[in-house]
Amino acid sequence: MIRRCFLGLAAGLALALGLSGPAAAQDDFIIVQSTTSTQNSGLFDHILPIFAEKTGIEVRVVAVGTGQAIKNAANGDGDVLFVHSKPAEEKFVADGNGVERFDVMYNDFVIVGPAADPAGVAGMSDVAAVLAKIAAAEAPFASRGDDSGTHKAELRLWGETDVDVAAASGGWYRETGSGMGATLNTGTAMGAYIMTDRATWISFGNKGDYQIAVEGDPKMFNQYGIILVNPEKHPNVKADLGQQFVDWIISDEGQAAIASYQVDDQQLFFPNAGS
Amino acid sequence: MFFFRKTGENAPLDGFGSILAEAVGLILAWDPDLIEIIALSLRVTLTAVAIACLIGLPLGAAVGAFRFPGRTVVTVVLNALMGLPPVVVGLMVYLMLSASGPLGPLQLLYTPTAMVIAQTILVTPIVAALTKQVVEDLNREYAEQFASMGVGPLDRVGALLWDARYSLLTVALAGFGRAVAEVGAVIIVGGNINHVTRVMTTTIALETSKGNLQLALALGVVLLTIALIVNAAVMAIRASAVRAAYA
Repeated sequence: MIRRCFLGLAAGLALALGLSGPAAAQDDFIIVQSTTSTQNSGLFDHILPIFAEKTGIEVRVVAVGTGQAIKNAANGDGDVLFVHSKPAEEKFVADGNGVERFDVMYNDFVIVGPAADPAGVAGMSDVAAVLAKIAAAEAPFASRGDDSGTHKAELRLWGETDVDVAAASGGWYRETGSGMGATLNTGTAMGAYIMTDRATWISFGNKGDYQIAVEGDPKMFNQYGIILVNPEKHPNVKADLGQQFVDWIISDEGQAAIASYQVDDQQLFFPNAGS
Repeated sequence: MFFFRKTGENAPLDGFGSILAEAVGLILAWDPDLIEIIALSLRVTLTAVAIACLIGLPLGAAVGAFRFPGRTVVTVVLNALMGLPPVVVGLMVYLMLSASGPLGPLQLLYTPTAMVIAQTILVTPIVAALTKQVVEDLNREYAEQFASMGVGPLDRVGALLWDARYSLLTVALAGFGRAVAEVGAVIIVGGNINHVTRVMTTTIALETSKGNLQLALALGVVLLTIALIVNAAVMAIRASAVRAAYA
């Protein structure tokens, strides 16, 4: 009896072991290293089924910050890179890790803040002036601080002011070292201003009394690009399948799929391949 | 996915009652996506615990039953490894399995197998260290008997493990608890890929980052329920086995 019980337990464990073998041979998939904004906004859930239906290729998305996505792809851990930091993407190609970079789509960054607007920046549109004013007021500002595309863009904008955010870090300037969603959760809880891409903000579910305080500066343009990881450098890259995905994304059909994605009746990404 | 609906614009946290209600709703809805995620969680965790037991039980029993040079060092190391940070284990396994790493050609990165490997590394020291303690105590009772009967080392380990089996179930459950609740390692080596490597903990992390705190908490309650069921099932087996043994 006892032995039978333990045999049963062992059989159960063996079953679990057997089940953990590789999933059924399914080679028609690619891995796309991408960012949290494209994933969390629901864009991929909208466009990938369309692509899969047409080609039979399953796209597996690893959504991390742009910095980490680029490092993963540079290690060969992915077939396609789909991120938003043009200078870093161009360096990725120049280093021989990618074949060629294509523009895909854009949206924009906004600065969100509490309804009370402690720095008095609501409605302004000159982002450099806004940042300078936030710094002067020493109003809390939550930064990603994680080398992501959004973080890099934010640092470029601070670079247009004479504020030294590194010196202010730990005071009013707070680096969360986390993804966009985590930074929004943290920042809204501490009453800080936060720069976020519009897509993540619109689909974010924990806004509290926060509103978009600043938008519309052309400097807050946020361009996304797509790159096939270089199969000459990384032989495991599924160049053919990956190229099909890249071609589709920048084709009229892929661009139309991107344009048709809406949350709360708002278009989140604006296709601009080949423009 | 259906169950990833938003919980309402700017949904505030409405207290534990409504979170509990949402959790019950999630289970009752029996959404295929959620079932898939729960199944993968159990598959990965149970496999990791099973492998960890295959390694950790004999290892822990050997350290507990025998005196050998360096035994104290091994014990200290095993105990220290119980505190391995999951993120560090995740990074180590990532570097091993990365296409640029030594095991890259196996193409295991971003698969459930990678998650099993990471969790096995996390759980094995727990199983081994706790087994060592259990077996050491038991060995003190048995040592003279073993010596007088001239029992060989393999039989000793076998007899000790067998006689300690009820306590060792709890050891396995401790390992299960560590693995099923873990997110830092599996999210790095699994990649949280929808329908491929998404498990309960990475789903909870994802929903938190989307600001869907209520849904994240409800999923947490579901996870807790699963852990309760697994523990209850193991305890029931143990109880019936004990009854049978002394009947």
